[in-house]
Amino acid sequence: MKGTSVYVNGKLVGFHPDPKALVQAIREKRGEGKLPPDMSIAYYPDTDEIYINLDAGRAMRPLIVVKDGKPLLTEDHIKQLKEGLISWNDLVRKGVIEYLDAEEEENAYIAVTEDELTPEHTHLEIHPALILGVVASVAPFPHHNSSPRVTMATAMLKQALGVYSANFNYRMDTQMHIMYYPQLPIVQTKQTKFIGLNDRPAGQNVIVAIMPYQGYNIEDAIILNKAAIERGLLRTVFFRTYSDEERRYPGGQKDRFEIPRPEIYGYKGEDAYKHLGDDGLAYPGREVRGGEVIIGKTSPPRFIEEVGELSLLEEKRRENSTVVRRGEEGVVDSVMITETTGGNKLVKVRVRAVKIPEIGDKFASRHGQKGVVGLIVPQHDMPFTADGITPDLIMNPHAVPSRMTVGHILELLGAKAGSLAYKLVNATAFEKPNVEWMRKVLKAYGFRPDGKEVLYNGITGEKIESEIFIGPIYYQRLKHLVSLKMHARARGPVQILTRQPTEGRAREGGLRFGEMERDTLIGHGAAMLLQERLLKESDEVEIPVCKKCGVIAIEDHIRKKTYCPICGGTDVYKIKTSYAFKLLLSEMMAMGIYPKLLLEDKA
Amino acid sequence: MSPKRRECLKKGVKVAIMSKNVEKRVELIKEYEGKLPKKVIEDALKIAETTKMKDLKKTMERAVEEYQKNLIQPGEAAGIVAAQSIGEPGTQMTLRTFHFAGVAELAVPQGLPRFIEIVDARRDPSMPIMEIHLKEGIREDKGKVIEFANRIEEVKLSDIAKIEEDFTNKQVIVVFDMKKLDGIELSFDEAKKIVEKNARRKAKEVGDNYLIFEPGFSTLKSIRGFKDKLAEVRLRGVPGIRKAAVLQEPDGTGYYLQTEGTNLKGVLVLPEVDASRVFSNNIREIENVLGVEAARNAILIEAKKVLDGQGIKVNPRHLMLVADAMTYDGEVKAIGRQGLSGQKASVLARAAFEETVRHLHEAAMTGEVDYLKGVTENIIVGQPIPVGTGTVKLIMKLGED
Repeated sequence: MKGTSVYVNGKLVGFHPDPKALVQAIREKRGEGKLPPDMSIAYYPDTDEIYINLDAGRAMRPLIVVKDGKPLLTEDHIKQLKEGLISWNDLVRKGVIEYLDAEEEENAYIAVTEDELTPEHTHLEIHPALILGVVASVAPFPHHNSSPRVTMATAMLKQALGVYSANFNYRMDTQMHIMYYPQLPIVQTKQTKFIGLNDRPAGQNVIVAIMPYQGYNIEDAIILNKAAIERGLLRTVFFRTYSDEERRYPGGQKDRFEIPRPEIYGYKGEDAYKHLGDDGLAYPGREVRGGEVIIGKTSPPRFIEEVGELSLLEEKRRENSTVVRRGEEGVVDSVMITETTGGNKLVKVRVRAVKIPEIGDKFASRHGQKGVVGLIVPQHDMPFTADGITPDLIMNPHAVPSRMTVGHILELLGAKAGSLAYKLVNATAFEKPNVEWMRKVLKAYGFRPDGKEVLYNGITGEKIESEIFIGPIYYQRLKHLVSLKMHARARGPVQILTRQPTEGRAREGGLRFGEMERDTLIGHGAAMLLQERLLKESDEVEIPVCKKCGVIAIEDHIRKKTYCPICGGTDVYKIKTSYAFKLLLSEMMAMGIYPKLLLEDKA
Repeated sequence: MSPKRRECLKKGVKVAIMSKNVEKRVELIKEYEGKLPKKVIEDALKIAETTKMKDLKKTMERAVEEYQKNLIQPGEAAGIVAAQSIGEPGTQMTLRTFHFAGVAELAVPQGLPRFIEIVDARRDPSMPIMEIHLKEGIREDKGKVIEFANRIEEVKLSDIAKIEEDFTNKQVIVVFDMKKLDGIELSFDEAKKIVEKNARRKAKEVGDNYLIFEPGFSTLKSIRGFKDKLAEVRLRGVPGIRKAAVLQEPDGTGYYLQTEGTNLKGVLVLPEVDASRVFSNNIREIENVLGVEAARNAILIEAKKVLDGQGIKVNPRHLMLVADAMTYDGEVKAIGRQGLSGQKASVLARAAFEETVRHLHEAAMTGEVDYLKGVTENIIVGQPIPVGTGTVKLIMKLGED
């Protein structure tokens, strides 16, 4: 077999003696419209293979075809496009525009701008900004920001709360955030529109003053205007969906959605079931709080009970309801009843809660400038301009110089001009921002062209010495809400096996005092503090030990006797140790080891 | 310092030696033996001649004061503090090994990989290196140093000759590369003698650049073995020294050697070598040749070198503790499972570290007793640790006569 192996959709179909001619012929035919435009062909000279792909699932992107250093797209084409004489698809059919997939890109030499074209180039980028992906295309002025900040901006765009799906009201996502009044960004890139972000935006244009405020916005914290929040600034709704299923068990037993009766094992008390209807599900519209039942369910017992009196098989069912998460509250939004694929009854209950911005919530602009709310200030304490405008948000100036987010400053200037001129402002990558226009507009509307304004201290009424940079910036509310994260514990549940505190917020757990923390206390020689952390605040127990045998003694509360299980003696002393150690002793005994404790007077 | 003396110093005039009562001052310093470390006493003796009695007494008192201030308290958790003091800046160490193109230096692993090597007490470092300083009279002359370097570089027969086996005639043929042989300043006859001596038999046939051996073996395996043995015959140099680079002493007083491959024993006996300044980075070798004390110092020096190379400042006392912990029982052992942590006296501490079940089983079979003297054991059973405030115990009991 001689020649280049040719693969179509990954399958070897044959060999060809002249790979270059084949590739050229196929590309020409495709350009003439005789082959589908989504067909790709790539030649790998080092392995001498040709890959032809027509299958679905390949991401392709359009490029202008270049011949002899000249793009095939001409001024004529553009004129005709503008007049509506031809369409995009005509250009594709004519072979002026070509779609490439990742495989064929390997064979292409793509110029980013027209003036860098050489005869070797095969393609030209339609716009330089198209080298960016979907998310990066949204960040405004990326060519005016430092690259780490652009990366962070792209990461945070994905966490922004907005209207992520038009059918949200019919969805039953486990967690769902929807913004009240999302706005279009005044300053936006050309791609934003095509991505569809303008149809479902995720953020609002917020009036930002860049200045310190009483030290409450140091370290990237931000100040919010209380009045603005009360008007609905960056407000979102949070939905949490609880779901449960009526399971079948071997032996014909079944779970049951119902209001549990008081005799049920594990009954939570009448009050917990007050929201339930007869079907065991909470009524939509009821205000529920943490710990209250929203799906009442009883399950058959874990172990088949003994036959009760009167030789009746007494069915002692156990409580297995779903409760609202501890610390959360809201309104039952909707209830859905369906079936699982297994045919079991499945219910979903969605609880809705309004999340008003509060101290600790996270917000970010589109320049990697993220921050947490440090203080919410009443409007009358906020600084104001001569026109009486108070900012919605105050950002600390220290956030800018070291991060080099010039785009942030440009956005403020552009948005201020854009809002005055009633125009969207272009912030596409690699396009020069029209700062002259911004300055002109600002001047025309009676503002300083540099975007600064004289501000007055809202508390004292004094004029603030320096002019403050103030204007709109598009801010996003990020999905990290304090109310869903904050957690503390003093006392609480313990694990059954070790009697040590549980772990994790959902289980109201403690915070681990780990090995490195332990080392610090040893390093300081704080022996008693260490014992307190590791023993007294954890799983301390008092166990009786036989002095002679060194094993854990039996404490018989009924006969009020404590004796050794080996020698039966009563020379027993109580020692304080951790339950984990007691467990270790028991487990060693299970291994066949006799761990003998030697008792000594406590010195 | 008197204004007069200060003037003397400024002008560069040697400070007048106060020979009067020197003995008395020396006596005074000697009184402090035991109160101060040896090094301080030595330093004090150096200034005895030039310092007034009154000043000297003040200085010594002050030294004692400072010394006592710097002693740690009983019950101080020196180990943990040392571990943290090395560990924290250690997080900044890079894993990279630097190479410098065109510099006559050897690619020694630096940073974390080397530090791990030291602490693990590896039998062979990944790049064994020796520094050989020469005696006066040789070290100044670059030519002589290079000549010496060539002499200690190990040259094997396989380096300068082609060795082939001829199974049909059951012979092994050694063909010398005469140029290379000349390069190591060895005549063919001398080389022949050495090879024959090592082969323990005479060559059957001698050409003008080749030797033919007939070892008298018949199996393929034994002939091949003989050939391999011949290849390893050392014609010159110290075994284990693969390469020797000549470098200038940093103080410019001459030249010294840096070698790839170490052989302390082989180098120390050479008459040209200043034996007091030979250094190897192979800690186990130092232990074998010079003893644990030297090994302890080597650990200290090597660890310090790594940290200095990374620009990390750690109080050397922490490193001393590490070196002491690795050597205190008379032999170098690693920090880790096979070494320090694996040899802890307490069963519970060992079980907590690694291989829990194995340690518990072994302890059970031998009837081990844990006296709860260490930190880990006491944390496990829930007692105060015997460190810091936990070292204090109440001896008197109330209510007893």
